[in-house]
Amino acid sequence: MIEFDRVSKRYDGGYTALKGVSFAMDRGEMAFLTGHSGAGKSTLLKLMTVMERPSAGNVLVGGQALNRLRPRQVPFLRRHIGVVFQNHQLLFDRTVFDNVAMPLEVIGAPPGEIGRRVRAALDKVGLLNKERMNPIALSGGEQQRVGIARAVVNKPPLLLADEPTGNLDPELSADIMQLFEQFSQVGVTVLVASHDAELVRAMGNRVLTLREGELVSGGASPREQLHGH
Amino acid sequence: MATESQRDAGPRRGAARQKTAWRVLLDSYVAHHRKTARQSFQRLIAQPLTSGMTWLVMGIALALPMGLLLLLSSLQGVSAGWESTARVTLYLEQSADQAQLQALAAKVGSRPDVSDVAVIPRDEALAEFRASSGLSDALDYLESNPLPHTVMATPAEPVRTPEGVEALVGELRQLEAVAQVQVDLGWLQRLSTMTELLGRVVWTLALLLAVALVLVIGNTIRLAIESRRDEILVSKLVGGTNAFVRRPFLYTGVWYGLGGGLCAWILLVVSFWWLSGPVGRLASLYRSDFVLAGLSFADGLLMLVFSALLGWLGAWVAVKRHLDAIEPSQIDSA
Ligand SMILES: Nc1ncnc2c1ncn2[C@@H]1O[C@H](COP(=O)(O)OP(=O)(O)OP(=O)(O)O)[C@@H](O)[C@H]1O
Ligand SMILES: [Mg+2]
Repeated sequence: MIEFDRVSKRYDGGYTALKGVSFAMDRGEMAFLTGHSGAGKSTLLKLMTVMERPSAGNVLVGGQALNRLRPRQVPFLRRHIGVVFQNHQLLFDRTVFDNVAMPLEVIGAPPGEIGRRVRAALDKVGLLNKERMNPIALSGGEQQRVGIARAVVNKPPLLLADEPTGNLDPELSADIMQLFEQFSQVGVTVLVASHDAELVRAMGNRVLTLREGELVSGGASPREQLHGH
Repeated sequence: MATESQRDAGPRRGAARQKTAWRVLLDSYVAHHRKTARQSFQRLIAQPLTSGMTWLVMGIALALPMGLLLLLSSLQGVSAGWESTARVTLYLEQSADQAQLQALAAKVGSRPDVSDVAVIPRDEALAEFRASSGLSDALDYLESNPLPHTVMATPAEPVRTPEGVEALVGELRQLEAVAQVQVDLGWLQRLSTMTELLGRVVWTLALLLAVALVLVIGNTIRLAIESRRDEILVSKLVGGTNAFVRRPFLYTGVWYGLGGGLCAWILLVVSFWWLSGPVGRLASLYRSDFVLAGLSFADGLLMLVFSALLGWLGAWVAVKRHLDAIEPSQIDSA
């Protein structure tokens, strides 16, 4: 589902955020991405949605080589990737419902289907009773869950989450992780960037660790292990 | 469902267009357009002062050249009217008598290039002059009637061209007892030259104002884009195409254009109504058939379409320059 081949990212300012990162993830696999602040976690996630382009190396998502993707095709790629953003990126000029509905609006889903899917997603994150509220009136944790509902409303085959539990208490964090786990069980590839070492350990999934832009552990893909690479 | 099949297709095949269930796609596409148009309009209505100002500015900038164009076409109507009734006036010699007058009238009237003749005997001419000029007292001092007999000839349809009329005049001049032949083409030509000049001025003005309108709308839309930056970023992040993200702004431009066109229509109707009285009186003083033609319904509709187009164009310019540049990589710095 995901393949990074010696990917480097050097920002315009001259800072190299990723250095020769290689790893692969299978369909339905769930993994964590950890590392100190500034290690390059967000950068790595951004490469997959073409919010940034790599300076060197290749990124493949769903078999598609992203460096060969033309700008016109980028939106169609993004429709298949659910993203939970570090700073949630909610819009405060509309209701929770309308925020979550956005990925469905852009694909032109019929209104009835939008209503059904948005409520299903809000139900999963336990916010069904707040659909009419403005997200600004929600707590930080609730806002984060709205962001998660928006990421999954489209049932994307790939889910990327950047610090999805940053503002949540341990109990809620565990719930959200369970939710991600459920997604991976139905075939969704899930990659979660997280500082929360304890939670990551408790989940027992594969862990990719970045240090100053280099992948220091967890890089070998299941396939490579199989082939004794 | 089309969306279901798209989701299952995975990123690679998702990029290829799905042809299945196109009917559902079309329906929701139309529904989305309608919704976007409605929401864009509601946004404008929610800020009545700003939108009203923009509409008024547009209205004035449209009404000005449009009003001048209408005036111009009224003037062209005048010259056209005169061309068809441009009559040739034959003044007879003072010595000519009533019999000669009748003979000349018959001769001129029988010509194939003359469709109609009218005779004004000198007494009648004097009587009319007396009545209309208010100089009757002064006229009483004159010993004899200074006015000659007059024959007025209307050129037949085929010769109603400057060259045709000129040739006719040349031939009539040769006739016996004719002192002078006049045709009132002079001021007609002046009028037509002036309307032509005026026409160019008006079209230049219209062109400049149209450019100004596009810029005004462009700037208004640019501000709207700026204020909705976050929404644009998120739309792009969840897979909104450029066309999708542009759509509300293009509709906003169209609404500005339509509102401006409507404003212009109202302005034109009101000001023409305001002017029609004095203009009618002025025209009757000049014994002119001049009528100030107002905005016809069809022209009004055309103006609306045109102004909507201008609004759309302005929005397009702004969107091209400012919206496509908003890319999600700026999301954390935003
Ligand atoms: N747009 C940018 N321009 C220049 N440098 C950037 C940009 N974005 C990130 N960086 C730099 O790249 C490095 C990695 O950033 P990144 O956001 O990927 O870290 P992170 O691992 O997500 O950190 P955190 O845990 O704090 O979110 C940082 O040192 C940062 O300063
Ligand atoms: Mg980060």
